[in-house]
Amino acid sequence: MLIQMEGSEAVAEAVALCRPEVVCAYPITPQTHIVEGVGALVKDGRLENCEFINVESEFAALSVAIGASAAGARTYTATASQGLLFMAEAVYNAAGLGLPIVMTIGNRAIGAPINIWNDHSDSMSMRDAGWIQLYAETNQEALDLHIQAFRLAEELSCPVMVCMDGFILTHAYERLDIPSQQDVDAFLPAFEPVQVLDPDDPYSIGAMVGPEAFTEVRYLANDTQLQALKLIPEIGSVFKEVFGRESGGLIHEYMTGNAETIVVALGSVNGTIKEVIDTMREDGAAIGSVSICSFRPFPLDELQDALKDAKRVVVIEKSLAPGLGGVVASNVRMALRGINLPVYTVIAGLGGRTITMTSLQEVFEAAGEDRLPDLQFLDLDHNAVEHEIVRARRTRRSGPIAENILRQKADGRNP
Amino acid sequence: MSNIEKPVYLEEKLEEIQASGHLEYRSKSLPTWCPGCGYFSIVEGLTAALNNLSIDPDETVVVSGIGCASRFPFFIDTYGFHSLHGRALPVATGIKVANDDLSVIVVGGDGDAFAIGGAHIPHAARRNVDITYILFDNGIYGLTKGQTSPTSVLGFQTTTSPFENHDMPLNPLMMLLSYGASWVGQAYAGHPHHMAGMIEEALAFKGFSYLHVLSPCVTFDKTSKTYQNLGMSVRPLPDDHDRSDVMAAMAQAQKTDAPALGCYFEQPRPTLADGLNDIAARAAK
Repeated sequence: MLIQMEGSEAVAEAVALCRPEVVCAYPITPQTHIVEGVGALVKDGRLENCEFINVESEFAALSVAIGASAAGARTYTATASQGLLFMAEAVYNAAGLGLPIVMTIGNRAIGAPINIWNDHSDSMSMRDAGWIQLYAETNQEALDLHIQAFRLAEELSCPVMVCMDGFILTHAYERLDIPSQQDVDAFLPAFEPVQVLDPDDPYSIGAMVGPEAFTEVRYLANDTQLQALKLIPEIGSVFKEVFGRESGGLIHEYMTGNAETIVVALGSVNGTIKEVIDTMREDGAAIGSVSICSFRPFPLDELQDALKDAKRVVVIEKSLAPGLGGVVASNVRMALRGINLPVYTVIAGLGGRTITMTSLQEVFEAAGEDRLPDLQFLDLDHNAVEHEIVRARRTRRSGPIAENILRQKADGRNP
Repeated sequence: MSNIEKPVYLEEKLEEIQASGHLEYRSKSLPTWCPGCGYFSIVEGLTAALNNLSIDPDETVVVSGIGCASRFPFFIDTYGFHSLHGRALPVATGIKVANDDLSVIVVGGDGDAFAIGGAHIPHAARRNVDITYILFDNGIYGLTKGQTSPTSVLGFQTTTSPFENHDMPLNPLMMLLSYGASWVGQAYAGHPHHMAGMIEEALAFKGFSYLHVLSPCVTFDKTSKTYQNLGMSVRPLPDDHDRSDVMAAMAQAQKTDAPALGCYFEQPRPTLADGLNDIAARAAK
């Protein structure tokens, strides 16, 4: 049934359909509506047998989730930005212990400077924690990915992050197909933990492991991710059989068939990219795109197949690895090992800056003529940064950069 | 601390404020809090206190974490540091250790202090860092638009306590007294003149001073810690209260139904800097 609904509310509905037994969370923008939504479903009595726990911090939220999951409960939490960073130690812990927790990330920038708007810096910082990371392109996909995530997490006993763009998805209203409880029950079997704190079979979780076995445990963490590479498309197929639509999978290709330029991106910006591709295709440009849904595990082979016949790749990414450039682009280059293709990195949408069709089209056209630098910041105010660089060179005590740039913009003072 | 005061005439008040000199401490940014928020009077109280004590803006740093209260440094014209959620106290400790000449004031809310940042309070208090911690307690998470906080009362209803709050609220005054804070007081944002005096006293104290300010969230709390409810329940500490007696202070702190305003406890003792100087002096021998 199609219902007009906010993205966060849709995620709360999807989570409720998965019958979690423990939900714990701490509010942080832009994730707050999700946990408020789950809270409302508990209050309405629609979410039975679910303990909804308020905690004192994100660190506590994931730590409570770890305990609940170890005790055999289907467990869910959600966070964003600084909250994800604050729980970082527990993020690694959950994956290392192999606890199948599902967590939504309402993607938001990380500070300093403090910023509440969307980019992917938060989840990218945890990309190597051992969690599976899925990125939703639309709110329908965000909803669907949560249902798939519980099945994936529990089959592999590995935690899963479902990443959705803060505000752009979490706060956007769309018409969404909410699955029936019956279908979700048919798709998602009851949780059978591979390890559980059980008095009849006592053991402790969290053993100290020295050099004699640490590598083997870590090897198996990688092996779990490799298994996920096979399982994610399989689960996507079963999902299609039950619910009648494509959602999830490793990557989504759009007009890549004869494309000379292929754009690669994660998340909701793919909608804008496809619009630009449609426009440029009308003018005869050979351009297509690949949306990466599974960033961890990273689909090296599938991506290589999708990209290898192109002449160039443009990666649009909402995070920055200072001192390197793009995180996604580096991974894409890994997929193209042995193939000589230019991979351009375009850093876009940091801290919520709007990614416009006009700017994207300019970049794609420049790429088509191989006029792009290796690393470009979309719509960067060059005057502002040059001014600040000169100022900092002239004055030793030049002050905080963020405040200087803000003052410069407020005063309209550019050199 | 009477609620009945002589009529205030706008022109007289404006002249009085301009003549006082404490506008020097106000920044050009107007506070972004909701109209009616108790925090406005804390800005007024702190700037008046700094002015009365002749502590110059450039000798003062105000450090905050995250939350409505933590927007505070933007609205006054001293040095400011808007740090991470819950981390204001260790950041302030670092500032004070690096430059003992600065007057360091920490501001924050009940969520920032007692939820995410709770681990730092006992240690700042027991080390007796010479800073003033002004805690704005509205009993709710305001910046994320109204969820239950660690000081929300039992039975309080919000989006994260859908029927009612079942978690016992913390008693911050009891906590600070137990942690060994050397100055502990309480004020109410609805009694701004008394609060300004308390802030001044806390600032003048050498050592870790903790001022708990009860302050209504007019937007998200319509039932619990409102001006009406707090205004009817607050009372002054008894005239014979002995501020050197920690047990007397604790007995007063237990009376949460009728929060007492004033200085609960005061016990000067060596500060963190005294300890560090002692180490340096003995190491030099």
